[in-house]
Amino acid sequence: MGAYGLLVLFGAVSLLPLLWTAVAASRTTTRLAATPPPFRFGRNLPRNLEIAWTEAGLGEALANTALVAGAVALGTVVCSTLAGFAFAKLRFRFKGPLLLLVAGTMLIPPQLGVVPLYLLVARLRWTDELQAVILPSLVSAFGVFFMRQHLRRALPSELLEAARVDGAGLGRTLWHVVLPAARPAMAVLAMLSFVAAWNDFFWPVLALTQTGNPTVQVALTGLGRGHVPDQSVVMAGALLGTLPLLVVLALFGRHIVGGVMRGAVKG
Amino acid sequence: MTETRATAEAARRPAPEDPARPAGPLPPLRPRRARPPRRGRRQGAGPFLLLAPFLLLFTAFGVFPLVAAAWTSFHRVELTAPGRAEWVGLRNYTRLLDDGFFWKALLNTLTIGVLATVPQLLLALGVAHLLHARLRGRQFFRVVALAPYATSVAAATLVFALFFGRDHGMANWALGVVGLDPVDWQNGPWASRFAVASIVVWRWTGYNALIYLAALGTVPRELYEAAALDGASRWRQFLHVTLPGIRPALGFTALVSTIGAVQLFGEPLLYASGAGASGGANHQFQTLGLYLYEQGWVNLHLGRAAAIAWAMLLILVAALGLARLIRKAAA
Repeated sequence: MGAYGLLVLFGAVSLLPLLWTAVAASRTTTRLAATPPPFRFGRNLPRNLEIAWTEAGLGEALANTALVAGAVALGTVVCSTLAGFAFAKLRFRFKGPLLLLVAGTMLIPPQLGVVPLYLLVARLRWTDELQAVILPSLVSAFGVFFMRQHLRRALPSELLEAARVDGAGLGRTLWHVVLPAARPAMAVLAMLSFVAAWNDFFWPVLALTQTGNPTVQVALTGLGRGHVPDQSVVMAGALLGTLPLLVVLALFGRHIVGGVMRGAVKG
Repeated sequence: MTETRATAEAARRPAPEDPARPAGPLPPLRPRRARPPRRGRRQGAGPFLLLAPFLLLFTAFGVFPLVAAAWTSFHRVELTAPGRAEWVGLRNYTRLLDDGFFWKALLNTLTIGVLATVPQLLLALGVAHLLHARLRGRQFFRVVALAPYATSVAAATLVFALFFGRDHGMANWALGVVGLDPVDWQNGPWASRFAVASIVVWRWTGYNALIYLAALGTVPRELYEAAALDGASRWRQFLHVTLPGIRPALGFTALVSTIGAVQLFGEPLLYASGAGASGGANHQFQTLGLYLYEQGWVNLHLGRAAAIAWAMLLILVAALGLARLIRKAAA
């Protein structure tokens, strides 16, 4: 088998579980429990999707997830761009130690923070509220580094100096000089944050319940634990939760690949 | 130094290549004297204004929980009354040492971690090597490699759970076709760990392959030509040119996947429907992350959960320290 054959095999292994999710979602649970398992599409997809959408509440969960992922992407990009610019180009007190602190937290498992975070969220009465998932996800040490690295290269100091000589204040400099230079990296960071927030699992499962404002991952947890015992409906739910991101991947695949290849890690 | 030179130059040439400059006559330059004196070339409150949104969130949701976790781990805090905390000293930690389930979770985390990380990185290296060649449609394969990464833990695990079903799963059906006995992928201690690890391998191989691919692009072609001239085989070129050339990427992916392995949570939680936080009837695939969840959110002992979290950090630090020692000894 040549190199090409191996690549096709790898591609097939990557895609088949997704394809089979769709096959299983188009069947009945009885058919799924037969031997051999089904390999071709059946006719139950609309029915299963409808049950997952309405009865299992995935429609609402999808809306919640879109809101969360959108807010996280937007907020992360804004916070990271501002902070990344400051770390890349400005001089200020405690810059070195601050940068070191931010870098250090990247290595610490998120599990370490979840108990106090949960206590904090409970005290604020935010359990089951979407801001409990959005606000902690805006803290992205990775995002700050990503923007810092990009702006160090993409933003010549002469340009900033020129803007200052022209009398541009911080706001105008940001809007007219920094933002245009940062835009490509902002787009990549937005996509990566969106994907990460959409798929985030550990914290949402703790902070949200299946009855109050679940994200789609939390709702799938409920489905998988058998609150709806129908396996084909569970697969329809898995399909609904994955399809939006696969569409994003199909549309912006090139850029996401570029972002990951620049050494992207988040979540 | 450079800054003053840049200033002087910028003052002489009126604003080069400023994309924001509106068309029309240039506004007069401010006289140099009018600029307020800068102390030690620092820029006043401006930088902190820019940092404020990040720093506020970072303090509240990044730094504070880390510090507070240590405090919580020394207290008895119940989920039913999260406001009340009673000092218990090291008891949460000493209890862990006596707890068979903790040791079992630690062992499971290690075995599943090795089963997931090693094949994942080796496969990724192979895939990156294939993608590096000038093949038709490689951009397509790069996007395909990310499809599992775009699939959530929950969705991926539910599909794999069905695939590994004991009675009607596709894995056992395929074994039957080639004449092998079915495997109990839920209750078999090694079979279930292997199945959980395979979900991790599926989701992350392509992602790591892309990182290696980026690193492969930075290895100079001349090195291969020189090695070929010296008569090095393809395999020896791989060992002596490729691997050293992508060492930073190897270290990075090893670090990230080790951190990921220590935190493993979603896959064991959802792998067997109904098993929930216990990780199988016999706790055979309960990881530390899952055990933390069981202690905190099922048994309602948040203080103990915090102690498990700190134990996880210590284990991670020990693992990384060990890896460093091994690397030093090997060098």
